[in-house]
Amino acid sequence: MGEDGGGAFEIVTREDYSDVTYMLEVRHPQMAKAAQAGQFVIVMEHEHGERIPLTIADFDPERGTVTLVVQAVGKTTKEMQQRCREGTTLYAVVGPMGIPSHIGGAKKVLCVGGGLGVAPVYPQARAYARSGAKVIGVLGFRNKDVMFWEDRFRAVCDELIVCTDDGSAGIKGLVTKGMEQALAAHPDIDECVAIGPPVMMKACAEVTRPRGIRTIVSLNPVMVDGTGMCGGCRVKIADGIKFACVDGPDFDAHQVDFDDLMARLARFKPAEAEAMKKWEESCRMKGGDASAAERY
Amino acid sequence: MAKKKTIRTIPQARTPMPEQDPAARARNFKEVACGYTLENAHNEAERCLQCPDEPCVRGCPVGIDIPAFIQKIAEKNYHGAYDVITDTNLLPAVCGRVCPQENQCEGVCTVGDTLEPVAIGRLERFVGDMAIREGWVNRPYVEPSGFRVGIVGSGPAGMACAADMAKAGCEVVVYEAFHEPGGVLKYGIPDFRLPNEVIDVEIDKLRELGVRFECNTLVGRLFTIEQMITDMGYHAVFIGTGAGYPSFMGIPGESLNGVLSANELLTRCNLMRARDFPNFDTPLMPGRRVAVIGAGNTAMDALRVSLRLGAEKVMCVYRRSKTEAPARAEEIHHAGEEGVEFHWLTSPVEVLGDAGKRVRGLRCQKMELGEPDASGRRRPVPVPGSEFELECDSVVYAIGTNANPILGQTAKLKLNKRGYIETDENLATSIAGVYAGGDIVTGAATVIEAMGAGRKAARSMKAWLGLKDTDVVFAEAAPYEKRRFGFAPDEHGYARLRVA
Ligand SMILES: Cc1cc2nc3c(=O)[nH]c(=O)nc-3n(C[C@H](O)[C@H](O)[C@H](O)COP(=O)(O)OP(=O)(O)OC[C@H]3O[C@@H](n4cnc5c(N)ncnc54)[C@H](O)[C@@H]3O)c2cc1C
Ligand SMILES: Cc1cc2nc3c(=O)[nH]c(=O)nc-3n(C[C@H](O)[C@H](O)[C@H](O)COP(=O)(O)OP(=O)(O)OC[C@H]3O[C@@H](n4cnc5c(N)ncnc54)[C@H](O)[C@@H]3O)c2cc1C
Ligand code: SF4
Ligand code: SF4
Ligand code: FES
Repeated sequence: MGEDGGGAFEIVTREDYSDVTYMLEVRHPQMAKAAQAGQFVIVMEHEHGERIPLTIADFDPERGTVTLVVQAVGKTTKEMQQRCREGTTLYAVVGPMGIPSHIGGAKKVLCVGGGLGVAPVYPQARAYARSGAKVIGVLGFRNKDVMFWEDRFRAVCDELIVCTDDGSAGIKGLVTKGMEQALAAHPDIDECVAIGPPVMMKACAEVTRPRGIRTIVSLNPVMVDGTGMCGGCRVKIADGIKFACVDGPDFDAHQVDFDDLMARLARFKPAEAEAMKKWEESCRMKGGDASAAERY
Repeated sequence: MAKKKTIRTIPQARTPMPEQDPAARARNFKEVACGYTLENAHNEAERCLQCPDEPCVRGCPVGIDIPAFIQKIAEKNYHGAYDVITDTNLLPAVCGRVCPQENQCEGVCTVGDTLEPVAIGRLERFVGDMAIREGWVNRPYVEPSGFRVGIVGSGPAGMACAADMAKAGCEVVVYEAFHEPGGVLKYGIPDFRLPNEVIDVEIDKLRELGVRFECNTLVGRLFTIEQMITDMGYHAVFIGTGAGYPSFMGIPGESLNGVLSANELLTRCNLMRARDFPNFDTPLMPGRRVAVIGAGNTAMDALRVSLRLGAEKVMCVYRRSKTEAPARAEEIHHAGEEGVEFHWLTSPVEVLGDAGKRVRGLRCQKMELGEPDASGRRRPVPVPGSEFELECDSVVYAIGTNANPILGQTAKLKLNKRGYIETDENLATSIAGVYAGGDIVTGAATVIEAMGAGRKAARSMKAWLGLKDTDVVFAEAAPYEKRRFGFAPDEHGYARLRVA
């Protein structure tokens, strides 16, 4: 925990899955015990950092660690990519946050993860498998080189369909194509979980809507506190407003207003671009780090 | 005391507070009110009539012995004044700055019947600031009682409860979800009203009492309230998690970019230091023309922060009139001086957006005051055909908050129908050994009320633990035999049982 937040949350393992995706395993025994599928943490890399939410992609009470899989998309996630190493620490890690996924009852479940969403869907797939459900996984990647965790999914899924944009692994096409294939083969699928970029989740919702299959998505609006205090994470569900950090992040896909979510995700675009530019410049000025900065 | 003072012999005018010039301060985050000088303080202390019936004391939610501390100031015994105040109030430098005095102590001051009331708050702040400058701490002699107390939330309620329980010899741990302690004092109230250093000093004083702060801990999710009792060895728990969960109105256009809650604006700016972006990473898209809906303290803070972030025009939109505005009179006055434009009797009906889903204006409706409603305030009713548009690129909601749902979701705590934690008159919750107070019980209130609740809960917790609630005995003052504070050994036998 760390007195006063100036905490030392140690990174015990780091692994890179591609030039933009990396895994951090963080020591936090208490959280490793408490975490459940569907929950997330808020991380601050350093004292001047931003609070960013990241899904708990795995947790191991025995090792006393939680695992985060991060996609480097902007200033904070790229800086973390550059600085976080085995043995370094994060300034703040708070969680588990959010309502755990409701796992129960379903007999055959379709778990869909796209890009950044592959990691967060894993604990849910595992929880369904443990609850006795048959699990069919559909994973989508850009290409073969950025694939990860196929092994972990194979261990918990009864069937796994991999989709790549260029067909370099599995079937060529988007996850929705994989879903159609799975649904054709298993008309008795009674629940679906889809996690990934909002456009993808929106498309997945449209695949299951006509079939009337209960579908859960995990929403990723911009957050600040993660405790229900700021309302920054509000999302439109049916006609009402919900706060994703305390009322979610899981919601019924058929009730979510995805267009609203996508519009709101863009609200800090200009500031994010400015932060990125300034950071890249400072990296270049530090010389030694220049090559790292240019990689992005 | 010399000759008895009367309303005619005291200085007639309330001593003004030295302030930063409005034009300059509207663009910086330095404190607006600079505090009384020694001379100011003496002059103002002379205005207190030392009323035997002490109406002011009853006006203060924690009952500070106001005439006594003012008398000490008049006698130039500042440390004495500090002792009097800290008997009841842990945070004089904070309350002197942020209490709505006009509705509390100063509202019932006898002098106020004829002249302007004694500036009790300013005098209190004067003493609190001097204590900080001089590094005064009244460190009690603490006899360890062997009890462990867990406190959830580090706002004023949690801080006050922590202080009292630590003084009673308990091992106290305060859990805070944020990465820094302080609650609303830190993330909400901006520096120009309450500098963060003031809070940090108070937190350090708690540390000196032995209180431990564990930040980055979301209670309810990392562990539950029940687990604190059953697994973590806490003998008693206090919940002071504040209100949170800001309200929106449900009018069209609320998800446009540029619409946000005052809590989000203030947290980004104050706690996350978005005002120093990009030196700090948290972004904020400050508006050029900002409309803030509401007229409470939170609204005033949002308005004045927006000005300081560089807005050209800042508008306060409130559906009732100035008389009904819940903010402290001083804040409304300060906001006006700094150039905030007030639209009283105005209610928003729609947030207008452009093609890029950004705010371009706020459609409003004029209101007039009708019959009094349940709160006794006259109900605003729309004036037909009075709709008009305010041009703005940012709309900030400061229309109140609802109960934070996390603890209700995760503990078997009885909640009232509005979702706040239900307690009995001793602030005990439905779980034995668990107490609650502050905004999470009452709904949004004031700093001093939250503090008062923290202290009241501490009294109940001491009774529950079988700790004798004696007066504080300070370390140097008493020889060992006289030290009466803390846990009395003969009370070990108290059964810790509570009949629900
Ligand atoms: C519940 C939840 C779980 C998430 N889980 C993961 C995960 O497991 N792995 C992962 O890589 N990413 C995850 N994200 C997204 C991640 O938080 C953002 O990618 C990150 O905040 C981007 O920060 P940045 O400074 O690097 O990029 P920026 O340049 O600041 O932003 C890039 C984009 O990220 C989004 N974003 C920015 N700030 C925030 C914020 N404070 N909160 C949320 N989104 C933001 C915006 O859409 C923005 O356009 C999750 C988000 C949420 C809400
Ligand atoms: C912008 C603003 C301006 C104000 N101005 C004034 C003023 O001028 N004068 C005045 O008297 N009052 C003012 N108030 C009201 C006053 O600040 C509150 O009434 C008071 O702070 C309530 O204290 P509290 O201790 O109950 O809660 P808070 O101060 O809200 O503190 C609660 C703390 O608990 C933490 N927490 C919440 N949930 C959890 C959890 N599950 N686990 C761990 N920690 C948790 C929160 O992060 C927070 O730090 C203002 C409020 C705001 C928002
Ligand atoms: S604590 Fe507040 S109400 Fe009480 S005397 Fe001080 S300023 Fe007045
Ligand atoms: S009511 Fe006013 S004048 Fe009388 S004791 Fe209190 S502060 Fe002094
Ligand atoms: S992140 Fe602030 S309310 Fe959800």
